Amino acid sequence: MSSELRELYQSVILDHNRKPRNARVPEGANRRADGDNPLCGDKISVYVRFEDGVVADVGFVGEGCAISTASASLMTEAVKGRSAEEVERMFEHFHALVTSNPGSEPAVGDLGKLRVFAGVREFPMRVKCATLGWHTLRAALEGSHVTVSTE
Amino acid sequence: MSFDPERARRDFPILSTRAHGKPLVFLDSAASAQKPRCVIDAVSGVYETCYANVERGVYELSLRATEAVESARQRIASFIGAGESREVIFVRNATEAINLVAWSWGRRNVGPGDEILITHMEHHANIVPWQMLCEETGARLRVAPIDDRGQLLLEELEKLVTPRTKLVAVAHVSNALGTINPIEEIVRIAREHGVPVLVDGAQAVPHQRVDVAALGCDFYAFSGHKLFGPSGVGVLWGRAELLEAMPPFLGGGAMILSVTFEKTTYQGIPHKFEAGTPDIAGIVGLGAAIDYVTGLGLDAITAYERELLAYGTQALSDVPGLRLIGTAERKASVLSFVLDGVHPHDIGTILDLEGVAVRTGHHCAQPVMDRFGVPATARASIALYNTRADVDALVAGLAKVREVFA
Repeated sequence: MSSELRELYQSVILDHNRKPRNARVPEGANRRADGDNPLCGDKISVYVRFEDGVVADVGFVGEGCAISTASASLMTEAVKGRSAEEVERMFEHFHALVTSNPGSEPAVGDLGKLRVFAGVREFPMRVKCATLGWHTLRAALEGSHVTVSTE
Repeated sequence: MSFDPERARRDFPILSTRAHGKPLVFLDSAASAQKPRCVIDAVSGVYETCYANVERGVYELSLRATEAVESARQRIASFIGAGESREVIFVRNATEAINLVAWSWGRRNVGPGDEILITHMEHHANIVPWQMLCEETGARLRVAPIDDRGQLLLEELEKLVTPRTKLVAVAHVSNALGTINPIEEIVRIAREHGVPVLVDGAQAVPHQRVDVAALGCDFYAFSGHKLFGPSGVGVLWGRAELLEAMPPFLGGGAMILSVTFEKTTYQGIPHKFEAGTPDIAGIVGLGAAIDYVTGLGLDAITAYERELLAYGTQALSDVPGLRLIGTAERKASVLSFVLDGVHPHDIGTILDLEGVAVRTGHHCAQPVMDRFGVPATARASIALYNTRADVDALVAGLAKVREVFA
């Protein structure tokens, strides 16, 4: 397998694609948004139970490619217990990670496991896949029931 | 006439380039086809030797440009079996051709309670203009169903043709499934009810001989860029008596006889529908593309591609976990498929790294995806310059995909 391909489809990503975490509607969810990427047919709904200023629980339902599914799955693990501001900062770091020029060293803070998506920056066509879950989560946290699109 | 694909390949400069360091395997001609040297030369030749605006200047250059455009119009007319070249209208692409009919013919002939009949396998370009027309006029869009192989259910279509039906609009060949529709049969049914038929021929003209007179349809739309011509030029063919009765689509220069602030009188067809400066070099390039495929022989191309499609169908059927979407008895060019456990988008990325270009997504035919219960497919589409080696590269690439997602 080529190194680019191995870099993109890391085993963590393939694992989260096969067994997505938090792929469910959390009990007591009080925020929701839908996202879609019409070009490739990815569709996702993100549900949040937002309590005491933090993401108490989060889940997602939808279908998409390995990158978008794994990204949503890893995202739900990463944002649990975080405030909306912390989620926003994390998104900014994640966005920098997947859109920075190959070879550069973007400031990505403490992204932890989410760093496995660094390979996406070699594939500009796949950035929308990696960020669909995040855009949808941000829309959900902003409040009312909305649909976001990465097109 | 025998057809030599290796010789044809040498006519297309891009086919000797590389993608990701690998020889380019281009299997996305249904989205847009590559261009032979003669088309590229024809386009640059216009700019080098005979470029000026058309239908305007009294000087020689303008005359030559006008002649080049009108010569292309004539060759296109004979290419599709049109009775007269004035029935050939230059537009940007098949999408614009269909919109022209929806706006100009539709808004004059369709009213509340009327119906436009399409099929379940249409490209969005043959759905949305009619939806817009229906929304505006209070007409209703009816959809003839297809079976599990992606074939039109002709008897169901027949039931849907009623006294309220004003137009049947149907693809000649489905871009997402490859199904070839029985246009003559559809026209026969529509005729019995006095209903005109528009055919979206975008996916048909690169693969088979088209004769609008034999088909019996009333409008035929296609794009130049899928026919190895430049992007930005397409054709609407329509029966002269229908076109003459239609109001202009776009207003402006070149489509008028005289203009005062009180009243404008329009040119006759085709110029009535060609406001503004056209894509002069593009039209000449499309003429060259038509000369090219005519020179190779459409029947020879059809026979060659049919054999290659059968080879590809067999090769893909042998890939574990692969399901072909669209298995009509009469098919052209298209191998649409899904692979167990792998999203088409991931297939597309991995194939790309192998130098294999396929389309992934809904192919501007979301209702088709819904019909088959898939969010998207991967689609390999073949053209005259593809070979068994291209199909083999696709199959080898799919083995890589399965390896990654093992």
